[in-house]
Amino acid sequence: MEGAHDMGGVAWSDPVEPEPDEPVFHAQWERRAFAITVAMAMPGGWNIDMSRFARENRPSDEYLSKSYYQIWLAGLEQLVLERGLVASDEIEAAKPLHPAKPVAKILTPAGVAAVLHRGGPTDREARSPALFAIGDRVRTKVIHPPTHTRLPRYVRGHVGTVEMLHGVHVFPDSNSLGNENPQWLYTVTFDGRELWGPDGDASVKTSVDAWESYLEPA
Amino acid sequence: MTGHDHDHHHHHHGDHDDHSELSETELRVRALETILTEKGYVDPAALDLLIETYETKVGPRNGARVVARAWTDPRYRGRLLKDGSPAIAELGYAGRQGEHIVVLENTSHLHHMVVCTLCSCYPWPVLGLPPVWYKSAPYRSKAVKDPRGVLKDFGFELPEGTDIRVWDSTAEIRYLVLPMRPAGTDGWSEQRLEALVTRDSMIGTGLPKQPREIA
Repeated sequence: MEGAHDMGGVAWSDPVEPEPDEPVFHAQWERRAFAITVAMAMPGGWNIDMSRFARENRPSDEYLSKSYYQIWLAGLEQLVLERGLVASDEIEAAKPLHPAKPVAKILTPAGVAAVLHRGGPTDREARSPALFAIGDRVRTKVIHPPTHTRLPRYVRGHVGTVEMLHGVHVFPDSNSLGNENPQWLYTVTFDGRELWGPDGDASVKTSVDAWESYLEPA
Repeated sequence: MTGHDHDHHHHHHGDHDDHSELSETELRVRALETILTEKGYVDPAALDLLIETYETKVGPRNGARVVARAWTDPRYRGRLLKDGSPAIAELGYAGRQGEHIVVLENTSHLHHMVVCTLCSCYPWPVLGLPPVWYKSAPYRSKAVKDPRGVLKDFGFELPEGTDIRVWDSTAEIRYLVLPMRPAGTDGWSEQRLEALVTRDSMIGTGLPKQPREIA
């Protein structure tokens, strides 16, 4: 989708502001928002691309005015509401008003270490040969789906070189809609001037990781 | 679980830094946690454990150990650059947001920098949760177009003739920079070298400390 989350190359007046000795969290509510978001993926049954879409799929002014964990909170509220795990009147009342929906499993203290250690690998078995090889010139497609995509705007329609093959991985554009549709994944590298024109820095190369269906031969 | 510490880092969190709005956020998080807990969807003890894990166990000191090992053990370095995640798992670091780690070696001619322009992808098992600046609009927008400007924001410049390679983490591949070992550290133990490895040097927005900085 064409969201404010897709920030590559956008002009921004503020400098990057590193914070000396930055704590992991800046407020108690950030700790809790982080933890409930991580823990709810198990009973909620959503995948990482559904979570990302829930966070980014909001009006640009809202996305830009919320802090990072405020966006996480908004995304989590949306996911639990969509699935009927929580009702909006419960959020307004700040307490449960309806019976819980049965869930397959929840994250227990005993399960935390194993769940974190396992993670969520996205590599899948290859069922067809890769269309492109290292060194191939490829052009990224110009796409503007209203749904989730991981092809940033600033590389669309540009020619780059395949630098790495990562095997076959779950495709986020469809996974956010519940279909893994695994595809070959490549690192595609672009020259600074290909992306940014004559004012681009010729001593900079930038890459994205791109699934096969984002690419065509150049 | 309740909390009363307010956000003291307003400039990092956009324009909405008035007290009442933050209180509203606190109330909303507390309300949601209460509902999820009372409905049996989350176990508060598991939440506490998640927080404790990322505040005390998983952080950039893990990555520093990986880097120091690579600086002192050429065979380990070889395995690490060939296939990051298994080599990192040898030191006990693995899992969520580090399932597919690729390690990028800086040289005197090439400097790597890692960003996620679309959200906040970051190699958790070796660096922990990302800092605010990494998730901020200025970094996400500028890193891919003007990485030298970003380095200036961090207070340094690369030597003349150093090319920059920026890696936008758009998939589940996670990138860790292997910075160059500082001069003047011949014969140093792995443990001593670890103290030179900064978080930012493993993202590519900083360099390792010099020996005199930790003397």
